Amino acid sequence: MTVTTHADSDEKAAAVLGSPDLTGPLTIKGTAVELVGIVKTYGSHRALQGVSLDIHPGEFVALLGPSGCGKTTMLRTLSGLDGIDAGNILIDGNDVARVPVNRRDIGMVFQSYSLFPHLTATQNVEFGLRMRKVDARKRVARATEALELVGLDGYGERYAHELSGGQQQRVALARALVTRPRVLLLDEPLSALDAKVRVQLREQIGRIQRDLGITTVFVTHDQEEALAVADRVAVMNAGVIEQIGTPEELYLQPASPFVADFVGLSNRLPGVVDGDEVVVYDRRLPMLRDGAAGEVTAMIRPEDIEFDDSADAAGTPDTLPAVVVASSFLGSMRRTTVRLADGTLASVQHDVRDRPVPDAAVRLRFKGRPVVVRSR
Amino acid sequence: MSAVGRVGAVPGKATRTIILAIAAVLFILPIGAMLLFTFRVSGSPGEFTFAHYAAIFDPSQELTYDQLFQGIDNSLVICAITVAIVLLILLPTIVLVELRYPKARRVVEFVCLLPITVPTVVLVVGFVPVYQVVAGVFGSVPWTLAFAIGIIVLPYAYRPIQANIAALDVVVLSEAARSLGAGWLSVLGRVILPNLRRGILSACFLTIAVVLGEYTIASFLSQTTFQTALLLLQQTDSYVAAIFAVFALVFAFVLLLVIGRVGSFTRSKRTAR
Repeated sequence: MTVTTHADSDEKAAAVLGSPDLTGPLTIKGTAVELVGIVKTYGSHRALQGVSLDIHPGEFVALLGPSGCGKTTMLRTLSGLDGIDAGNILIDGNDVARVPVNRRDIGMVFQSYSLFPHLTATQNVEFGLRMRKVDARKRVARATEALELVGLDGYGERYAHELSGGQQQRVALARALVTRPRVLLLDEPLSALDAKVRVQLREQIGRIQRDLGITTVFVTHDQEEALAVADRVAVMNAGVIEQIGTPEELYLQPASPFVADFVGLSNRLPGVVDGDEVVVYDRRLPMLRDGAAGEVTAMIRPEDIEFDDSADAAGTPDTLPAVVVASSFLGSMRRTTVRLADGTLASVQHDVRDRPVPDAAVRLRFKGRPVVVRSR
Repeated sequence: MSAVGRVGAVPGKATRTIILAIAAVLFILPIGAMLLFTFRVSGSPGEFTFAHYAAIFDPSQELTYDQLFQGIDNSLVICAITVAIVLLILLPTIVLVELRYPKARRVVEFVCLLPITVPTVVLVVGFVPVYQVVAGVFGSVPWTLAFAIGIIVLPYAYRPIQANIAALDVVVLSEAARSLGAGWLSVLGRVILPNLRRGILSACFLTIAVVLGEYTIASFLSQTTFQTALLLLQQTDSYVAAIFAVFALVFAFVLLLVIGRVGSFTRSKRTAR
């Protein structure tokens, strides 16, 4: 697989946009997308319960959530592949809720390989232009440029079965972009690929998106993927958006226990709310949000707990005794599972140079960062 | 050969040759015998002649073979109508079920495979009263047999198309095409049908083969088709009957070859770069 460097692809993106015969009505510019109170029901199941989402021009928004949370449904209603029962879909200020999918001017990349098997890569990319009655010479030129954009120049004559999974998805991306759609929709485009290609391709998608400045909605169940590429991430659960924010906001200030749980790892430790603090194993920690009272579950990140390595076996007063259960090496860091005195399991993230052995007695200390709590 | 090869299902080269030879003899021997028979002179074994072939084109004997040619004509018309039924009713049904009503797939499959489980003779018992009505509407004409044969060919036409569809993700392909601006007609004409070419062609060829080989229905419903005419002719001129039987076999064989070629052509076209 060819790995294009950043500068390389910048040039290519500029070339595609800059060519004089390619400017005109189809030039990509960021378009605002607004979803207002979308309701979608499948039989008795309410897949979307009045979801609203405001996407800025040129923004890269990821819809993140567990399977069945409504994220794919949301993308499909935005594309027009599924109708909606109530609400408005505004693209560039125009309500397109009743516009059929083939007239919405969107580009879409699907989870499963969706290249037309009877056409070559170039012919696949040309398909959208053919539908728009672009004449043959322009079609080929633009298809070639779109393939260059995704780093597949020279692969134009190949059929889908002669391309690897990652290459197929790149052709699909070129095919979606070549018509200069107003919105690019990506429905888990990486989930069928193996881990290494997945990371490469997601970086490439991120780069192309930034270079073209196309408004993009990306559906994924992989939080790492969402946090890595998106400007903003909307975390969905049971047909509603739990929180939308930058990756940092979601991670550091999760608005709900669900988000704290779904984005990143969290230990769930028992606590009691006392004023604007929560008491966990007799240690007082600041709370991120008010509202909860009494007995709660505190969601504490593994990196917000550390080992107390002072030599004193009895430990300093603010530490917790625990026993190591298991420890795994994760490359840049190590994550160790420990059992607290009351039997609760907790996960601690720490430097790889500390190598706790199973059954060793250790002492833990909370770093005192704000935590999210959930009523019990 | 490796141990895996020995216990595996692939026979050795010698075994394969023997199997092929036995199969070839089983097929070639009767056909060869038939062919030889067509050159024989009646009543004098050991002598050979082209007279039987010449007789087919002899204007003075036109009346003898008139019914056979009539039967061939009828069969070809029935072929065309049956293929039309497959293309215009069965194919759209399969595609529509796949795209819009996937829950109905089981039912369609059951209905399409059902005729193969019912012996034709039994079917005909049911067809007789139905055709009294059909004859009332269209008259007692041979082409109406296409309706009955259209049912007989369902299993043969359904399987290749369905197998082809199962190998594609028709839903995603059509969604992709729609997202690229294609209307339903373009989805059908530019994406679905080109990818179903192989299944559709196989279905058509099998349909033709079944129609040309159909005897029971035509006979019970008293219509002249290729097969019924052949049987009648056999009683008067068994040599010419054998000539046409060999032709029919060769034709069916060529059809099967074409089905095979169609598949390998698609494949080789793709692998060739």
